[in-house]
Amino acid sequence: MSLHFDHPIEAIAIGASTGGVEALTRVLPALPADTRASVFVVLHLPRERASLLVDVFAPRCKLPVREVHDKDPIAPGTIYFAPPEYHLLIDDGPQLALSMDEPVEFSRPSVSVLFETAAAAYGDRLLALLLTGAGRDGAAGMQAVQRAGGITVVQQPASARMPQMPEAALDRISADHVLTLDEIMTMFAALPRAGRA
Amino acid sequence: MNGVPAEASVNDVELKLLVEAIYHAYHYDFRRYARASLRRRLHAAMVRFDCQTLSQLQGRLLHESDVFAELLEYLTVQVSDMFRDPSYFRALREKVVPLLRTYPSLKIWIAGCSSGEEAYSMAILLREEGLLDRSLIYATDINPNALRRAEAGIYDAAKVADFTRNHHLSGGRSSLSDYYSAAYDRVIFDKNLRRNIVFSDHSLATDSVFAEMQLVSCRNVLIYFDRELQSRALDLFHESLCRKGFLGIGLRESLRFSSHADSFVEVSREDRIYQKADLR
Repeated sequence: MSLHFDHPIEAIAIGASTGGVEALTRVLPALPADTRASVFVVLHLPRERASLLVDVFAPRCKLPVREVHDKDPIAPGTIYFAPPEYHLLIDDGPQLALSMDEPVEFSRPSVSVLFETAAAAYGDRLLALLLTGAGRDGAAGMQAVQRAGGITVVQQPASARMPQMPEAALDRISADHVLTLDEIMTMFAALPRAGRA
Repeated sequence: MNGVPAEASVNDVELKLLVEAIYHAYHYDFRRYARASLRRRLHAAMVRFDCQTLSQLQGRLLHESDVFAELLEYLTVQVSDMFRDPSYFRALREKVVPLLRTYPSLKIWIAGCSSGEEAYSMAILLREEGLLDRSLIYATDINPNALRRAEAGIYDAAKVADFTRNHHLSGGRSSLSDYYSAAYDRVIFDKNLRRNIVFSDHSLATDSVFAEMQLVSCRNVLIYFDRELQSRALDLFHESLCRKGFLGIGLRESLRFSSHADSFVEVSREDRIYQKADLR
């Protein structure tokens, strides 16, 4: 799987729901230590389990892993997880912001809220990746990413533990890439060198 | 002659003009609110008011009488729970209440009370700890409709199971059902709790200190402000707290943008409860 970007990717936004822990356990460790992009992740989880995210992912990843606090600055090569019960937004700056607004598509954090605000902040320097999940969260966000010129990557529904979320996105947009987890890992491994003109 | 600017930059211009218009026409100051949330809320309002652009929405809110009141709901209303983050209330009971007992009378400020859930939670906690009779709770918000709902103390019965669970986890010693009566699909909270609560209009963006407090609780309000407005609000709290007074904020919020950040000490780091340092 070869990628040709016209410009560097500054940010990667990832959304996942049911089956997301397993998918992310494969995909996030594939990001090399010299990745420059900042990585934002919304994962729907039962409230009680959510705050263990850093403990679960930090030992497996080559990049530092953090759970977001309000107005945290954004560092390159860092993975940021939305905290439980808060929407994660990319605000002007760009900087990280949280909200307790109503759930979107029955979800808080919502993938679409992250994708829409990241699209506004990064435009064509954003890569958005939508992984396994039930429900429709993320579809509207993918549309916003595409409209802003960002790169859209959707997990191939047949390879997803729950195909509904990827399918809902593919109903709305023609994604730039529809990939299996193995292909996504290959793409991530090549990322620091992709887009360097 | 150049073409029109890109859509994103037009949106930014329109957003700045809209919040200026609201400030000048209605004296509500959203100019220092965090932009990403504000933008999302305004886009929801555009759909509701059938406007294609923020400029159209601005025209309507300046020229039509009922539009602003409804828009204010979109800009300010938050959903809340009673005893949200039970560990916060547990920490108040265990680490703050013992010191509150030493005061003959107590003033407590719930800043940004929205529809009142936190104010009632605080009143119930104080009742359980035997402190309500000597307490006055100021519950403030900028939205008059939210304040009316708070004063009414009527909530959706469907939420009561969560409220009850949270109350129990917070270390509640009584049964939550002692404090409300149910009717159809609603519950109404006991008037006696309200005797010690003053609901009133106050803006953290434009108003100043109004009383000396032993405890200020302002949770999940600062996240909607930019750094400068966070700093203003935190400075107000610092100014209104008595010596060794307590401040509680949201679990993902911080004091770092306050010019007084150094003059607070942590009481419970996990629960974001602080105490104003005793400066001699």
